[in-house]
Amino acid sequence: MHADLSTTYLGLKLKNPVIASAGPLTGDFDSLRRLEDHGVAAAVLPSLFEEQIALDEQRINAFEEYQTFSSAESLTFFPQVKEFSVGPQEYLGLIARAAEELSIPIIGSLNGSSPGGWVRYAKLIEEAGAHALELNIYFVPTDPNQSAADVEQRYLDFVARVRNAIQIPIAVKIGAQFTNLTNFVPKLAKAGADGIVLFNRYLEPDIDLDSLQLMPQLVLSHRHELRAPLRWIAILRDHVSMSLAATSGIHYAEDAIKLLLVGADACLVTSTLLRHGIEYVDELRRGIQQWLDEHQYESVEQLKGSMSHSNAPDASNLERANYMKALVSYSPTT
Amino acid sequence: MANRAFITVDGNEAAASVAHLTNEVIAIYPITPASNMGELADYWTSRGQTNIFGSVPEVIEMQSEAGAAASAHGALQAGSLTTTFTASQGLLLMIPEMFKIAGELTPTVFHIAARAVATHALSIFGDHSDVMACRSTGWAMLAANSVEEAQDIALIAQAATLRARVPFLHFFDGFRTSHEVNKIEQLTHDDIRWMIDESLVQEHRERALSPDNPVLRGSAQNPDVFFQAREASNPFYLAVPGIVQETMDRFAERIGRQYRLFEYFGSPSARRVLVMMGSGIGAAEEAIERLMAEGEEVGLLKVRLYRPFATEAFLAALPATVERMAVLDRTKEPGAIGEPLYLDVVTALAEGDFGGSVSAESRPACRPEVYGGRYGLASKEFTPAMVAAVFDHLKEPQPKRHFTVGIYDDVTNLSLKWDPSFTTERGDVTRAIFFGLGSDGTVGANKNSVKIIGENTPLFAQGYFVYDSKKSGAVTVSHLRFSPRPIRSTYLIEEANFVACHQFHLIETLDVLKVAARGGTFLLNSPYAADQVWQHLPSQVKRQIVEKQLKFYVVDGHGVARETGMGGRINTAMQACFFALAGMLPRDAAIEEIKNAIRKTYGKRGQSILDQNFSAIDLALERLQEVNVPAGAHAMEEGGTNGFVSFQTNDDFVQRVTAAIFAGRGDLLPVSAMNVDGTFPTGTAKYEKRSIANEIPIWDPSICIDCGLCALVCPHSAIRMKAFPDSALAGKPGGYQSKTWKDKDHADYLLTIQVAPDDCTGCGVCVDVCPAKSKEAVKHKAINMEPKLDHLNRERENFDFFLKIPEFDRTRAKVDVVKGCQLLEPLFEFSGACLGCGETPYLKLMSQLFGDRAIVANATGCSSIYGGNLPTTPWTKDKNGRGPAWCNSLFEDNAEFGLGIRLAADQQRDYATVLLKQFADRLGEIFVSELIESNETDEVSIAAQRDRVARLKRKLAEFNEPKARELASVADALVRRSVWIVGGDGWAYDIGFGGLDHVLTTNRDVNILVLDTGVYSNTGGQASKATPRAAVAKFAANGKAIRKKDLGMLAVAYGNVYVAQIAVGANPNQTLQAMLDAESYRGPSLVLAYSQCIAHGINMTRGMTHQKTIVQTGLWPLFRYDPRLAVAGERPFRLDSRKPTLRFKELAEQEGRFAMIARSDPKNAERLFAMAQKDIDDQWHYYEQMAGVEREIEWSGAKDE
Repeated sequence: MHADLSTTYLGLKLKNPVIASAGPLTGDFDSLRRLEDHGVAAAVLPSLFEEQIALDEQRINAFEEYQTFSSAESLTFFPQVKEFSVGPQEYLGLIARAAEELSIPIIGSLNGSSPGGWVRYAKLIEEAGAHALELNIYFVPTDPNQSAADVEQRYLDFVARVRNAIQIPIAVKIGAQFTNLTNFVPKLAKAGADGIVLFNRYLEPDIDLDSLQLMPQLVLSHRHELRAPLRWIAILRDHVSMSLAATSGIHYAEDAIKLLLVGADACLVTSTLLRHGIEYVDELRRGIQQWLDEHQYESVEQLKGSMSHSNAPDASNLERANYMKALVSYSPTT
Repeated sequence: MANRAFITVDGNEAAASVAHLTNEVIAIYPITPASNMGELADYWTSRGQTNIFGSVPEVIEMQSEAGAAASAHGALQAGSLTTTFTASQGLLLMIPEMFKIAGELTPTVFHIAARAVATHALSIFGDHSDVMACRSTGWAMLAANSVEEAQDIALIAQAATLRARVPFLHFFDGFRTSHEVNKIEQLTHDDIRWMIDESLVQEHRERALSPDNPVLRGSAQNPDVFFQAREASNPFYLAVPGIVQETMDRFAERIGRQYRLFEYFGSPSARRVLVMMGSGIGAAEEAIERLMAEGEEVGLLKVRLYRPFATEAFLAALPATVERMAVLDRTKEPGAIGEPLYLDVVTALAEGDFGGSVSAESRPACRPEVYGGRYGLASKEFTPAMVAAVFDHLKEPQPKRHFTVGIYDDVTNLSLKWDPSFTTERGDVTRAIFFGLGSDGTVGANKNSVKIIGENTPLFAQGYFVYDSKKSGAVTVSHLRFSPRPIRSTYLIEEANFVACHQFHLIETLDVLKVAARGGTFLLNSPYAADQVWQHLPSQVKRQIVEKQLKFYVVDGHGVARETGMGGRINTAMQACFFALAGMLPRDAAIEEIKNAIRKTYGKRGQSILDQNFSAIDLALERLQEVNVPAGAHAMEEGGTNGFVSFQTNDDFVQRVTAAIFAGRGDLLPVSAMNVDGTFPTGTAKYEKRSIANEIPIWDPSICIDCGLCALVCPHSAIRMKAFPDSALAGKPGGYQSKTWKDKDHADYLLTIQVAPDDCTGCGVCVDVCPAKSKEAVKHKAINMEPKLDHLNRERENFDFFLKIPEFDRTRAKVDVVKGCQLLEPLFEFSGACLGCGETPYLKLMSQLFGDRAIVANATGCSSIYGGNLPTTPWTKDKNGRGPAWCNSLFEDNAEFGLGIRLAADQQRDYATVLLKQFADRLGEIFVSELIESNETDEVSIAAQRDRVARLKRKLAEFNEPKARELASVADALVRRSVWIVGGDGWAYDIGFGGLDHVLTTNRDVNILVLDTGVYSNTGGQASKATPRAAVAKFAANGKAIRKKDLGMLAVAYGNVYVAQIAVGANPNQTLQAMLDAESYRGPSLVLAYSQCIAHGINMTRGMTHQKTIVQTGLWPLFRYDPRLAVAGERPFRLDSRKPTLRFKELAEQEGRFAMIARSDPKNAERLFAMAQKDIDDQWHYYEQMAGVEREIEWSGAKDE
């Protein structure tokens, strides 16, 4: 008798806790189908970036307008084009097709940039047939007059607006840099979030020493990055009943087990699939199954949260003591 | 009967729409002002729009108009309905083919936006000199006089040609009709089907060449039969007038508009009558209406079918009362008794008198005297006042037999005076004039306004747009009329009840309120609010506002555009204010209509664009303020700004002529002010001081590393570099900056990098390439863009002082390194080229290196426009008065033209040598042999030879004999002339390739510089054979399907040609070396210079650094092929760039011309991008192999070596 791998995330019944998170692999239908074939339980499509859409629109508009009617001989510089595929049509088309033709839940993802944009695109994603929506909220505050409370309120406002506009479940993907997540996350739930995804990884630039230029580059996650979601899911699990999903650094089945232990409802993976290929989903599923079976768990549900802050035998290690112990254990031995 | 739509279109679209619907093959080549017809046809075809027969017409771009006409001829012979569109020189290139097409009695219509033919100068503007040059081809010629007629007559011509079998030229006036936007009743497809007799189409097909029914056509005939055969087609020509009239009647039967071969307008008992054709008829009709209302008996005979000239119909159309006629021709035929229409009228009347072919009943009842006048050459304004002047003149006891109107001729005194106060504008017509910049969207918004009013109200609407000839900072003036009646006013608005100035600074440079009517409205885009603006106005503007009692409004259009994210596009904000103030529609309805128009125009571009535009409308209306104009004398007290400092010169011609043209007073210049042969002085761009930049580069000497890159890449020569001894700084202004120059041969020298603040366009290319960065703040470079007004006064002083510092001694400059060559004075400066132009840096470098002994043959195109379009030229002279001599002949002939210049230079040097030998005993054998054998290879030897020539001339002057004077007249040719044949890829790869190819084989010492933008830049981005695969261009809307022609390798194949492919932004040293190599090579050199262009869809500020990406992808490999190396036993082909390190796709994401196809058609883009990558890989592989190739070039002894 095998342990039951199913889990519930955002009210969606999933056949296992492995979700393909937003990334290149979920950006086209063929790889979505392969992900399904290899057993992912759900897929989050890449984020629809309102800013990107607007930027594209602006660029194409500027391109079409540039130097038009500025010279008697050349009223324009480019042929008229029937239409450009700007805007969300392509993205919405992918959602619609995936929701129609695949059996796994399809989770849309949205990064808005204007209050109206969040609502407009959320509705479009819902109408296209997404089973849930992940709000990918982040911005880098550079204004010293903006307080932590202002920043948090901004998140809450976005969530509330979107909640009012759509019916499907909403997950909120956030970064780790909040003063007190145990205070903030329940507010998100109150504002209408059905789940939280921990944590977003920001695009952090590098510097090219030859040109002395900032080079924006996205790098794949490292395994150690799962420690942050591990701690915070453990702590949050005791404070909220909403769905909690882990993302970043989940590379092996053992990683997923750990996160489920502290209370995650699902594990979102990208980097490991980019490294090992879509087939690696089989490996992850088998690994989880094997561990659960070997350790005689009945189900994922049984496993989930069994090492949350309040259930862990040495919970202080989730707090500052963790650091203390590390220092002690690192003493040179003779 | 069909319910026809009213649409607002221009003449080109009106004609092209019929042409596309009634043809199967369309062969085109771009030429102003006809280009748009071909572009529209291509667009409709690319969208799959069918003709009335249900097929999508084939549209093909050819390599020249000759090619377009030839392929049209072929398609016609093969049985397809075929057309083309052209003008001016393009039409002239079609003439040989037109004789053939007519000789074979082939039905077709060519649509012509009639334009001046280049003579003493090129002009893109409208007159009949091109169509008149076709009189002998045997084509019927039908004139359309307005936008609506361009549609109607296009159809009538098409229907008539099918019946007559005689081919038709359908022509209308370039710009005045081709570019005027007017409200017209649109013909339906059923209307067009009704007019086109399909059985005649079938007959055309049956006559076609077919192997199933083979015939021979185009035979060679001997004296025995050629003549008779030529006469055999006579019946067809005799039938044309009847067929055309019947076709016009059929048109009238269905559509209601009745045209005739000759149409009379005016008093039935007219004593004075004009005869004319073309757009001027609108002005003439208005004048006649007014004169008739004043009791004058005047009339106008409009010529519709000009060829074949239907004498009987002409005579029949004349009122019997006519005593005097003035025939107005929009062309000039020097040496003829009169212009063509005049001669035809005189002949027709004479034939009427003499009987002959004219039947008795058609003979004229009157015996009018006929006078001939010229008007409107190259779109010279033709107004009702001028028409009135002609009628007045016909009252004179002895009118001038031949006269001109519209100019002041103080040389041959042919011109008539006219009374500018004679006007026919009516009070119920809204007349609005808008001053704007090409870059701010003013014209686009106004076209939109015409559409909104024209298509949503019962009012008729007309828009006409005037552009200046600069490519950067160009001023546009829009003339809009809205009237309850159809608008025939084919002339600029002279008195406007609404004037808008969309750029505040224009009130300082232009007299914008000259045209404002008393009590009218003035809208100013002003950074100053209503309560502050007054003190910032120039006195003249204040005076006009007060004296004309204008209602004065301001809005901060730039603020609105900025706040709504629209950047510099103030159009929407200003348009909203116009509608709010003009009162043609109720304000709310007007605003709603603008929003609807915006939805239509921008809807497909996305929500963010719509949101921006809507916000701009709302915010603009909120910010629109009426200015409380101060009363009385007090209003004038405070002086306004006037920063205008242009044209401070002592040169009489420049001051009298050039400055007047620049100031917009060119129309007032008399004939005597003009040089008789089109010659103008060089060195005049420096007087313009257009001051169009908002930001200018400011130098920080503490960081500068003296590299000279900024000066090298500056498209406008507005960043200068000079090294000089410390002593040169005596009397320097307080803010003048310099630094120690790092040069071991000039240890005590200083260096200055100086901006020309009023000549800089603010493109920022110099800052982008500057490699020197501050150690404290990396973004701070050795030059940085800063607000111009913060530095203007100081930098003006500095630049003036900088110019006074003596130039660096050319003989001591290290010209083969960038920092050395940039010390040489540029003899190409301050052109009107685009911001960030990729072409001009090459011309400037050429002028620095060789300008003082260069002659430039310049193909028509961008470089001839920014190089030679009046009022000024960037080509200039050094302190010795030497500099490039420049000439633009034509587009297609430039290589041959330049070769001729070389031949003359060589011949003169040879002749000088012959004469020198004759004087050897008196001049001294050694001196003469030095002169003859001088082999100028560098600045030192050039200077030495110049000294010798100067000595020679002094000595010859002493001899005072004819042969000595003869030698003196050719002595300058003893200093090696540097002949540069310059043009774009449209010329070199396409229309001029045949000549270029031939010139390469002549082994003559010419330097061909191809400014390769990969597209026809000047006419608006049509594909050329230099367009790379996958790039979107006009006529390659789906991405160019074929790879770029490898012109360099074609030339390499000859073996004896020096060939280089360069990109100055990617590798400045290789560019410099190639220019030096090419010039030093005493045979033909071909330099292909990568030139970024606004038609690439890139950020032009980054254009030079972007060239690095271009080279890194391998799209443009750098190489030099030097035959001298082969002769020396070395490998002649050197690959100067590294193996590609970037994929094409990465480049494609950065250029709009590639990226747009990825957005519009991703699958096609993927396929094309893959092919483009293959092209690159293949070419690189080929070049790598070439780099290993050894050749044995037979040295054919290029001249002087």
